Amino acid sequence: MNISTAFAAGRLTLYLSGELDHHEARSAVTLIDQLLDEYMPRDCAIELSGLSFMDSSGIAVIARIDRRLKDTGGRVWIENPNGQPRRVIDASGIDRLVPVAISR
Amino acid sequence: MKAHNYIKMEFPSLSSNEAFARTAAAAFAARLDPTLEELGDIKTAVSEAVTNCIVHAYPNEIGKIAMRMRILKDGQLEIMVRDWGRGIENVEQALKPLYSTGGADRSGMGFTIMESFMDKLRVRSTPGKGTTVVLLRTVRPRRTRG
Repeated sequence: MNISTAFAAGRLTLYLSGELDHHEARSAVTLIDQLLDEYMPRDCAIELSGLSFMDSSGIAVIARIDRRLKDTGGRVWIENPNGQPRRVIDASGIDRLVPVAISR
Repeated sequence: MKAHNYIKMEFPSLSSNEAFARTAAAAFAARLDPTLEELGDIKTAVSEAVTNCIVHAYPNEIGKIAMRMRILKDGQLEIMVRDWGRGIENVEQALKPLYSTGGADRSGMGFTIMESFMDKLRVRSTPGKGTTVVLLRTVRPRRTRG
């Protein structure tokens, strides 16, 4: 899996691509923690249009980002999930905690 | 029940095998001509079942995971994932959404996702002996789909 970023006006966008399972989540969490420490964003968008697979390990990654940002009063949302990741988000109910936005 | 076709595999509980297991399941299921959505559901459920073995059955060791896939009658796919690890004390509790013994980095949604993506989920476990998860999903022929 790959993570790229964009940062503007206090908002960090994390572009996740590839497959996010338990194996990939370990290194993803380490990298995301570093990015949050580095940018100290107010808000964070988790952009998933490039993600081809995600299981409940991905849900835990999203919940972790949400906890970190909410500690400092920030907002987190999921952007553009498609196909299989979208079905996992819907089945897990994470969208009740972290809103889903479709921007395209 | 007599199987029309089956495959058995065995692998160590290395997390790098999660992707291999779900890809193998998708390759085996492909002969039932599933939709992309059905394939995604099967891959997801297998990923959850195998991850459970790696995280929960063998938390401090590398153990053996067996996976058997069978095609039963009328396009019914059965996937069995078995380990010989720690086992589950209380299966009923483990099946509840958000329940996890895996700490902050686990969502507690694994069984919930398996249940919602498959037609049927069966879990048998003996503490200290291991756990068997059976997933069933019927892939209907496309010509009869509405």
